[in-house]
Amino acid sequence: MIAFGQFAEVLIGGLLAGVLYSLVALGFVLIFKASGVFNFAQGAMVLLAGLALVRPLDYLVAHGFPVWAAIVLGLAFAAVVMAASAWLIERFVLGPLVNQDGLTLFMATIGATFIIEGLGQLIFGSDVYPLRLFPVDAWFLFENLFPGGILVNKLDVWGGLIAGVLVAGLAIFFQKTKTGRALRAVADDHAAAQSVGIPISWIWFVVWLVAGLVALVAATVWGTKLGVQFSITFLALKALPVLIIGGFTSVPGAIVGGLIVGAGEKVAEVYLGPLIGGGIEYWFAYVLALIVLIGRPQGLFGERIIERI
Amino acid sequence: MLYREAGQFKTSYSADMAMFPIRQDRIALVLLLLVAFIGVPLLASDYFLRAIFVPFLILSLAAIGVNILVGYCGQISLGSGAFMAIGAYSSYKFCTGVHLPLDWIGAQISIPPLPVLPSILLGGLMAALVGILFGIPSLRIKGLYLAVATLAAQFFFDWVFIRVQWFTNYAPSGSVSAPELNFLGWIAHSSIDRYLLCLMFVVVFAFIAKNLVRGSLGRQWMAIRDMDIAAELMGIRPLYAKLTAFAVSSFMVGIAGALWAFVYLGAWEPLAFDINRSFQLLFMVIIGGLGSILGSFLGAAFILVLPILLDQVPHALGIPISVETISHLVFIITGSLICYLLIVEPHGFARLWGIAKEKLRLWPYPY
Repeated sequence: MIAFGQFAEVLIGGLLAGVLYSLVALGFVLIFKASGVFNFAQGAMVLLAGLALVRPLDYLVAHGFPVWAAIVLGLAFAAVVMAASAWLIERFVLGPLVNQDGLTLFMATIGATFIIEGLGQLIFGSDVYPLRLFPVDAWFLFENLFPGGILVNKLDVWGGLIAGVLVAGLAIFFQKTKTGRALRAVADDHAAAQSVGIPISWIWFVVWLVAGLVALVAATVWGTKLGVQFSITFLALKALPVLIIGGFTSVPGAIVGGLIVGAGEKVAEVYLGPLIGGGIEYWFAYVLALIVLIGRPQGLFGERIIERI
Repeated sequence: MLYREAGQFKTSYSADMAMFPIRQDRIALVLLLLVAFIGVPLLASDYFLRAIFVPFLILSLAAIGVNILVGYCGQISLGSGAFMAIGAYSSYKFCTGVHLPLDWIGAQISIPPLPVLPSILLGGLMAALVGILFGIPSLRIKGLYLAVATLAAQFFFDWVFIRVQWFTNYAPSGSVSAPELNFLGWIAHSSIDRYLLCLMFVVVFAFIAKNLVRGSLGRQWMAIRDMDIAAELMGIRPLYAKLTAFAVSSFMVGIAGALWAFVYLGAWEPLAFDINRSFQLLFMVIIGGLGSILGSFLGAAFILVLPILLDQVPHALGIPISVETISHLVFIITGSLICYLLIVEPHGFARLWGIAKEKLRLWPYPY
């Protein structure tokens, strides 16, 4: 029973951590679906959103604002910053690169990553800023079943709830609203969408805005977990295998991919790690992704890649 | 330009296909090499040789390697740092002797310590082998998917060189130091020796690269880059073209890694070859010019000199500027430049240089 209790704890912890990866991966999927751009800057956007949230928040609290008002104002300010950066990226980086191939756009977003990281830290500072929006203590479940119970972080559960709400909201946005339909049209075919009168630059701005807001949500959770700091940008690298496994074009794929990576990573670390030297969390997700890539390049839920001359 | 090719008639195919078809270009190249081999060691200070010229040469070599893969063959790689690490650590192992007990078949591999030069070359060869291995997925996947496969190489080898102590000869700190740089009795001690050593490697491999990319192999790479399906229909074997690109590229990157560790760093940790190194190399290639050997040098020079300039110039002007701000500024400038070049001039500095030459040819009567 002890062994099973430990396994359940590792598995649940992994699954919940995986949901947090999915939060970041969602931003990637949104942009890729709507514009065919693989947005390497998503990790940097999480950092920027976190910085733009935590700095005004600390400032306002220090100047005697009530905490709830400071949080609301901070979130609003961060949302404005994300909107501004979405507009700037669309206007100055991706707008001029319409009709270039995917690799060029990818490299352009790597450039954008560096600009965002540099500017964000230059303006807002580059220390570690703790953020406390969610409880960080833990529950112990099923104490009557297993000795010591199963440890579950409250923050991870919050993250899971938020991810669920986010996916539901995005699904409604994509399926039911006019803008959402336009987004799907643009994703299908840029030229055809333009020819029926969909304003493509406006749609791209909306996409980047939504991705920025998803980054803000991810920043509230990850900022609480790690503190708002530079290493948050490496989340982009954690989210990449999630995307490969789930498929670049699928929102449910991002969630399932996150769960697989999170659970696989933790279980492998605990049960395989001691055998080959520990720290395999570092690359396990990538090896999983590599296996998926060789067997099924479009990912578990992605659309089949068809190429024509 | 101050010169034109007027009056230089080609009477044979080999003259027409020469590496540098214009006589003045050949003269300029010889002069440049003379300056590099004689002028620089005489004039440059110890600091310049050690802190600027040596890393510049080594990173140029690595950038040439990355350019062959990314610029000429169109296969993106975010794992160049790992291949540098493979070059560095396998050279180190060959230098200090390889003992690999294979208990399960009751045998062991044992190679006595080799001299430095064959070790470095063997290190490059090991990098090439691993490069071929990680290039195999490129036959099925491309673009972003391939970028993830190469990232997998990066993370995996980061971990290998930190955790598998065999590679570091069980050094307790995980840091290893380079052996004495003894080349057939000539020992590279001073900064000038080290500079000349790197220069020789770079000159040899730059010529090899320049020759490869204008030959049959290079044209196959470029065909694959421009449109792989069409190239395949024309009878170019993607397996052969892609894997040779991976092999040649990783070989050069591996040699550069060995030089970086042995000649520049002296003692190093796996962190010297982490993902930031991969990005740095990719940026050099994008900024310098995708698909250009000259561009590799220009890009390496720019990426290397930018932080030093940002550090020195405000200092000289008396503007106080903190180290943190400088690193952020470097980020911003590099990022903006990449975006700008991708939009305006996708062939980077090398193309700008070409345009400048065209303009100068007609100057001062541009009509």
